[in-house]
Parts: sequence; structure tokens; C-alpha cells
Amino acid sequence: MKKLEIIIKPGTFEKVKSVLTELGVHGLNYTEIRGFGRQRGHKEVYRGTIMQVDCLPKIKVDVVMHDEALEKILDAVVVAARTGQVGDGKIFISDVQDAVRIRTGERGDAAL
Amino acid sequence: MNAADTGYIIICAAMVMVMTPALALFYGGLVRSRNVLATHMHSYASLGLITILWVFVGYTLAFGDDVGGIIGNLSYVFMRGVEGVAAPAAPQLPHTVFMAFQCMFAVLTVALISGGYAERIRFSAMLLFSGLWLIFVYAPMAHWVWGGGWMAKIGAVDFAGGAVVHMASGAAALACAKALGPRLSLDQGVAPNNLPLTLLGGGLLWFGWFGFNAGSALVAGTLAGHALVTTHVASACGIMGWMLAEWKRTGKPTTLGVISGALAGLVAITPAAGFVGILSAVLIGFVGGVVCYGAVLLKNRFGYDDALDVVGIHGAGGTWGALATGLFAVASVNGVDGLFFGNPHQLWVQFVSVVGTWVFVYVASRVLLYIVDAAVGLRVTPDAEATGLDLSEHNEQGYSL
Repeated sequence: MKKLEIIIKPGTFEKVKSVLTELGVHGLNYTEIRGFGRQRGHKEVYRGTIMQVDCLPKIKVDVVMHDEALEKILDAVVVAARTGQVGDGKIFISDVQDAVRIRTGERGDAAL
Repeated sequence: MNAADTGYIIICAAMVMVMTPALALFYGGLVRSRNVLATHMHSYASLGLITILWVFVGYTLAFGDDVGGIIGNLSYVFMRGVEGVAAPAAPQLPHTVFMAFQCMFAVLTVALISGGYAERIRFSAMLLFSGLWLIFVYAPMAHWVWGGGWMAKIGAVDFAGGAVVHMASGAAALACAKALGPRLSLDQGVAPNNLPLTLLGGGLLWFGWFGFNAGSALVAGTLAGHALVTTHVASACGIMGWMLAEWKRTGKPTTLGVISGALAGLVAITPAAGFVGILSAVLIGFVGGVVCYGAVLLKNRFGYDDALDVVGIHGAGGTWGALATGLFAVASVNGVDGLFFGNPHQLWVQFVSVVGTWVFVYVASRVLLYIVDAAVGLRVTPDAEATGLDLSEHNEQGYSL
């Protein structure tokens, strides 16, 4: 099993969610986060005061999948989340040791 | 007494009253969310405290019979002899109505100062300072200009309160900002918590300002209509002035700039509304917008933390307006000519009133702040400031989201 942490622009979340569902992902979590990468932040002006806002709002999607589904999902998510501008986000991939479905006690792939 | 004038001024008084809650919204939106209620509280506390003090002693000190050009006597203390008679200063109105109309100005002026001490003052200190300031600063100022005091005697004119309301609140806010010192964590930037609130408050202030300026004619006639038009035109031009200056300097126009410009125009026309022509109001408003934008930028250079820009908008705008009255006043409107209409002396007396107001109000406010600091302590603890005044001073929070 693999886990993806998909960090994206808030505006692309709906598209990413729908491609994940189309590719058979049955569940996901998302978190509204703030952070920066190469894009850094933006400038805000309030009367005389100019503020540099470093951390921008992003969405982080956590999703766990079967190993064989990985590449297909990665490709689809990258297409869905890409605007071509700096700040489109990143995907981090990690191995997941095991999983448990709490209702039935099933383990491993069966729990997804 | 005249029914039309009376009815008109009763409505105007109500409109000026609305300016204080409007100011609460305007200021409340500009602070951080942890101080939104405390900032509203400053305005509403003024409605409570200042109204009572005005009825008890403030009114008579401002509008009682003149004592040496400095202060009114105690002839109307606790409303003695005010009920059921015409106002000596405006015989077309019941004395009560004139008193109430003036009361709203006092309430608003005290509330305006709060922009200078926002986000860090102790509430008890704010109350004590406000009460003392009404009696020792506002009442004499109102007397000097409108109650037959020395500024009126030298011929300085102030139609609706450029000196009494705006310069005075600006100078007092500067004194507060200097006495309190800057807010903690200022270097991390202070973003307004709710600009739509500020825009709503600013829009309502504009509405109330018609009562403020047009009402200052004290009669429902041509002068009131004239002041209504100069007021509206100057505010519109204030928008354009501030917006264009900001657009040129930072690359983009902002909504906060637009509403600040509207207020700058309104402040600038306040002393002039019933003395200048309509095209002069265009210039006064536009320059007011640009001047106030420039003045707001100054605080970064001089390092005083005038949190909500009372000095930049009310202080600078009121000063420009008072001087502009000396430039643009024309006798065909209200019997006074300014420099551009052949009377350079008017500009000189306006200048004297500007200097007199700034020096007196600033010095007197610093003295009062010193006394209040010794009595109850001006500033909350750093811990309380970081928590926010809503919780630390009032045990409540503005938003539970």
C-alpha cells in the first residue's frame, strides 16, 4: 500500500477529488493548510502598510491505495492539479505498513 | 422656535448619533480579530459616558455664558434652565434639541480618538481618559469655536467641527499613540480582520455626515442644502484623490483606500461645508484625499503607532480643511471671504486656530494621559495584549467560528 500526501492549490481540489473517485479511490481526507514553497507568498497593502504574506492557503489530500493503482493515479492527479504556474504543489509518496478497517477488523489491502 | 427647523435638527441629531456605531464598525474591522469587540466597546462606552457627562456639565462648559473667552459658565449645569425654552445660540430651535445635537458631536469626537490607542489600552484607563478629555479638552475647544470663545472672537470659522472634532481627535490620538507606545508584534504585520465591516461602517459614516455638516446650518434652508452638496461632492472627490495616489504609488487601488479617501474628503470639507462654493469643494475633497494618504504614510517614518490612522485622516484632513476654509471661503455662501476672494486675513486667523488647536489639545491630552497612567495604568500587560483585549478586558470573543 502507498500513501500520497497531495499538496495543491485550493482551486484545483474539486478536480483532483473527482479524478481520484473515478480511479476507484474509496476514501480520502483533506486538510486546509498554509505554507510556502518556491512560490513564496504575496503582497498585501493596507493604507500605508505593505505586508509580505509568506504562507499561502493550500489543501493537503491524504489518500492510501493499492500498490498497482499508484502510477495511474499519480498521472491523473498531476494533470488535474496542474495550472502551469509556480505554486501548483507537490505530491509525497510513502509506503504504508498495514491498515485496519475498524468495523470488521479486516487488515491490509482488504481494509482499503 | 420653528417647527421645520426643529424637526430637521432632531433628524440630524439622530443621524450624527448613528456615526458613533458606524465608527465602531469602521474601526472594528481594521483591528485584529482578538480586539474586535474591545474596539467596538470604545465607541459604545463613549455613547454611554460622554452623553451623561455632557448633560451634567459638558454642555454648560461649552455653551454656557462666556468666561474670559476660555470656557462657558455653569448656567446650564445639570440642564438647569434648558427645558421648555428656545436655544440662545439658535432661537429657531428648542434648547434641548440644540443641546442634543451638540451632544452627538461630543460623543463622536471622543470615540474618534480610540483609533490612536486601539489594541492596547486598559478599559478603565480609556474610560477615565475619555471623561477627563471631554471636560478639560472638548468642552473648552467647543466653547472657543462655537460658544463665543477666543477663536470665534478673532474670526476663525469652523462650520461643522474641523478643529473641534477632527483636529482635536487627531491631536489627542497622536498624544495617545506617543504616551502608550507601539503595539507589540507590530513587526509581524497587522492585517484587518474584516474589511467589509470597515466598508459598511465607512458608508454609514458618510450617511451620518449629512446630518453632521448639513445639520450644522441649524436651519432647514439654503445653507443646509449647500452644505449637503459640498459634503457629498468633497467625499466623492476624496475617493478619487486617495485612489489615484495609491494606485500610482503601490500599483493597485484598494477598497480600504477608497473608503479612507471618502472619509478624508468628508473631514476636509467639515469646517468649510457652509462657507465655500461647490467647485471649491471638489478641490478641497480631492486634495484632502491625497494629503491624508500622504499623512498616513508619515507614521511609518516617525514611528508613532497611530493604530487606525486618526492623525493621518482626522488630524491632517481637519488641518487642511481649516486652512482651505481660509483660502476658498466666499461671502456669497455665508458671509466670509477667504484669501482667493480678497481676504488674506481669513487665512491667517484660520492658521492661528490650527496652531492653537494642535498645541492645546496635544499638550492637554498628554497631561491627562500622564494622570490616568499614574492612577490606573494606561496599558494592559504584554500577556493580555497578546491574548487580545476581547478576552482579557471583557471576557468575550467576537467570533466563534
